[in-house]
Amino acid sequence: WQDYSNDWSPKDTVRRMQRGKVCSLERFRSLQDKLVLLDEAVAGHDGNVITAVLIFLKRTLRREILFRELEVRQVALCHLIHFLRETGEQKLLLDLLRFLDKTEELALSQYREHLNIQDVEKRKEFLKSCIGLPFSAEDTSHIQDHYTLLERQIIIEANDRHLETAGQSEIFRKYPRKALILNKPLVTTLFYCCFYHYREPEGTFSSPDNLKKTFKIPDKQYVLTALAARAKLRAWDDVDALFTTKNWLGYTKKKAPIGFHRVVEILQRNSAPVQVLQEYVRLVEDVETRLNLATKYKCHDVVIETYRDIKDRVQLTAYKCKVERGSAEEEKINSILSN
Amino acid sequence: MAAHLSSGRVNLTALREAGRRELREFLDKCAGSKAIVWDEYLTGPFGLIAQYSLLKEHEVEKMFTLKPGRLPQADVKNIIFFVRPRLELMDIITDNVLREDRGRSPQRDFHILFVPRRSLLCEQWLKEQGVLGSFIHREQYSLDLIPFDGDLLSMESESAFKECYLESDQTTLYHAAKGLMTLQALYGTIPQIFGKGECARHVANMMIRMKREFPGSQNSIFPVFDTLLLLDRNVDLLTPLATQLTYEGLIDEIYGIQNTYVKLPPEKFAPKKQGEGGKDLPTEPKKLQLNSAEELYAEIRDKNFNAVGSVLSKKAKIISAAFEERHHAKTVGEIKQFVSQLPHMQAARSSLANHTSIAELIKDITTSEDFFDNLTVEQEFMSGIDTDKVNNYIEDCIAQKHPLIKILRLVCLQSVCNSGLKQKVLDYYKREILQTYGYEHILTLNNLEKAGLLKPQTSSRNNYPTIRKTLRLWMDDVNEQNPNDISYVYSGYAPLSVRLAQLLARPGWRSIEEVLKMLPGPHFEERQQLPTGLQKKRQHGENRVTLVFFLGGVTYAEIAALRFLSQMEDGGTEYVIATTKLINGTTWIKSLMEKLEPAPF
Repeated sequence: WQDYSNDWSPKDTVRRMQRGKVCSLERFRSLQDKLVLLDEAVAGHDGNVITAVLIFLKRTLRREILFRELEVRQVALCHLIHFLRETGEQKLLLDLLRFLDKTEELALSQYREHLNIQDVEKRKEFLKSCIGLPFSAEDTSHIQDHYTLLERQIIIEANDRHLETAGQSEIFRKYPRKALILNKPLVTTLFYCCFYHYREPEGTFSSPDNLKKTFKIPDKQYVLTALAARAKLRAWDDVDALFTTKNWLGYTKKKAPIGFHRVVEILQRNSAPVQVLQEYVRLVEDVETRLNLATKYKCHDVVIETYRDIKDRVQLTAYKCKVERGSAEEEKINSILSN
Repeated sequence: MAAHLSSGRVNLTALREAGRRELREFLDKCAGSKAIVWDEYLTGPFGLIAQYSLLKEHEVEKMFTLKPGRLPQADVKNIIFFVRPRLELMDIITDNVLREDRGRSPQRDFHILFVPRRSLLCEQWLKEQGVLGSFIHREQYSLDLIPFDGDLLSMESESAFKECYLESDQTTLYHAAKGLMTLQALYGTIPQIFGKGECARHVANMMIRMKREFPGSQNSIFPVFDTLLLLDRNVDLLTPLATQLTYEGLIDEIYGIQNTYVKLPPEKFAPKKQGEGGKDLPTEPKKLQLNSAEELYAEIRDKNFNAVGSVLSKKAKIISAAFEERHHAKTVGEIKQFVSQLPHMQAARSSLANHTSIAELIKDITTSEDFFDNLTVEQEFMSGIDTDKVNNYIEDCIAQKHPLIKILRLVCLQSVCNSGLKQKVLDYYKREILQTYGYEHILTLNNLEKAGLLKPQTSSRNNYPTIRKTLRLWMDDVNEQNPNDISYVYSGYAPLSVRLAQLLARPGWRSIEEVLKMLPGPHFEERQQLPTGLQKKRQHGENRVTLVFFLGGVTYAEIAALRFLSQMEDGGTEYVIATTKLINGTTWIKSLMEKLEPAPF
């Protein structure tokens, strides 16, 4: 099977390899021959043959020459990159990418490695080293955030682990943690902090306000997350405070960067009592949505008030059968109907 | 068992037979009793070629799944590894071989069968681990194109799209070309080749070169295929992203069809037996095979889901009436005839029961608010509405942390329908995704950009509206019950890829030169010489046969659309479909996601 003949040209050698014959490439000493070998292999499209030739060239050519020649041979280049990825030859791969000035790909290839680092401290340090890499401007800020987030999570995790075992903190006793906060996404981390560390002053790493400022979390996202956390804890006063703002005259009013129907949805999912739910249903701007939600969740006062506001006597009368006989709601309907 | 393969215009049984023959030859080479150690990924595709009974005929006594550790006991003379040429599998094989007890008697011989090709890299790897010499027979089994149905072939290469379009790796294209050479050896040289796309060009080049270099492939078989149409997936990135609305398409979207099998939640399939109270519900998923051998399935698979209900209820009446016949059978002859029909009727009834249950399961999903909202946004994008700003529904879904792939499908759809997103919009989506699902997804987003699915707008021109109008991709008046156009498969959107095939047949691509230039990659035509005497003389009224090869994946909806064209009264062309992989939006995007390690905690 082995081919010992010295007569085959590079072209013929490639032919024989395509037919499955194992050929020794050692006698091709000149750069010229080697390049013909490579070009013939590429033209033949057979991946195995291309790989065989590349392995040979990788071993017998100086790195700079190999890189330089591959730079003008796209197919062979891609083949080598794929090959290096498969065999895990990370260093050579990065050198190649650096040579080719494929800076972004280089940066991402390097960043990808963080997934193989299990130890959080080491991963954190590794992420730090990625920050200076030639990412695009947008991606650079994301990598920066990734590092900063993990750095914080490590601190928060250590503190909370301590609080848990000390057993003094009520919230950790009542709601034991089901998982570590390490390596979780930003929004999950924000939820966690809104849950366990809501009232902390801005100076601590686990304060939700701090998170918001550091990572420039938009209002919408912040309010949604805080709402979900406080609703889960049934902390209705906190929910109230989220939407209450004081205007310059000192009057309070309610507003939200998300539709109030969303607020209602989240409250309802957390089994908020009707009195609380009602407050927010009342604030839903779109009349039809407001009526739908109010009817669905039995917020009678809101239904009644809305029908009154749109002057729909028919519906208001019809609604009487939905309320209890002799209740305050029934009286309210009657008094409105009798003008 | 080949009913489903011989039902079409081209009898694909021959292809399967060729595959079986090659397998038998290899098994016989390893004489004596044998055990096969399977790369799990291969068991599905192999099942479409040969069942266990065939293996048993060739002394295969045991079958095991490839995994690390010591191989199971099994008193057999040969151990054969059936594997794809992947390095990580070589590690497992090495482990198996090294742990083999050399002192045991009788000793077992090792062999490897690489599917579909041997790999130098893998053999080198085994050599470096010191185990290469342990194998007596090291061969390849060129399972390139596997027949799935009478008009459908697939390579089931799941990394094909990523390799071709992200890594510029032409290995899959090489296999595709090889598969086509095998087809031509069995069904004759294909005289005309059309193509659109870079990869299509490569495959055509490879085919021409292979023909030149292996002269023995010139054969005297009368050509079955008139035309080969090679299409790059990236010529139409839109279609796989949209939710399919045919019956088979929805089954795949919701439950996933693997090698013609689907696993369904068992509750709806529990047999209702009289007087059996308190029976536990089955916990194993219900596994069904779906192909054209099942009459009812062949009838409803390609219909828009909204048209399936009426077919099922009509069928129910017919079957009821047929069973009623027994009351009308009076003579012995009539009774005998009824009894002989019974198995067929029972099969029909059981088939109806299965599909009624499946249709109910699907309906639960398609009538849900979320499905409706999602579909609405998809259709807005496809008809060109509001593709240039951040979409509220997508934002809401991210905020509610819907599955990431769902989000990615939608933002990619928006990007494709807008020929790329404005930088501000793209950055906004990216930030929201990374903050909600984790920063490591930068790698996936990067892959999507490379593939052209989610990218910034390069020029200020959005070509999509022109393409949409010229090719009539969005049809407002769709008839889901009795369609007259392929747009029924997405209830309004005609798959771009299939439109190209349709226009190629009639009136030809000259009529859409401008639009073709807007789509990526070259378009070309090649002719292959047929030996004299084999020139095809078509009978009057006989249809042309075109093989459409999707390089990078095809969806069931596109297959349905092509079948629709085949059935058209005066269509003139019948289609056979080949692909590197059967995909849907979810599996497709998944293949482009970075394999993230499971969280350490």
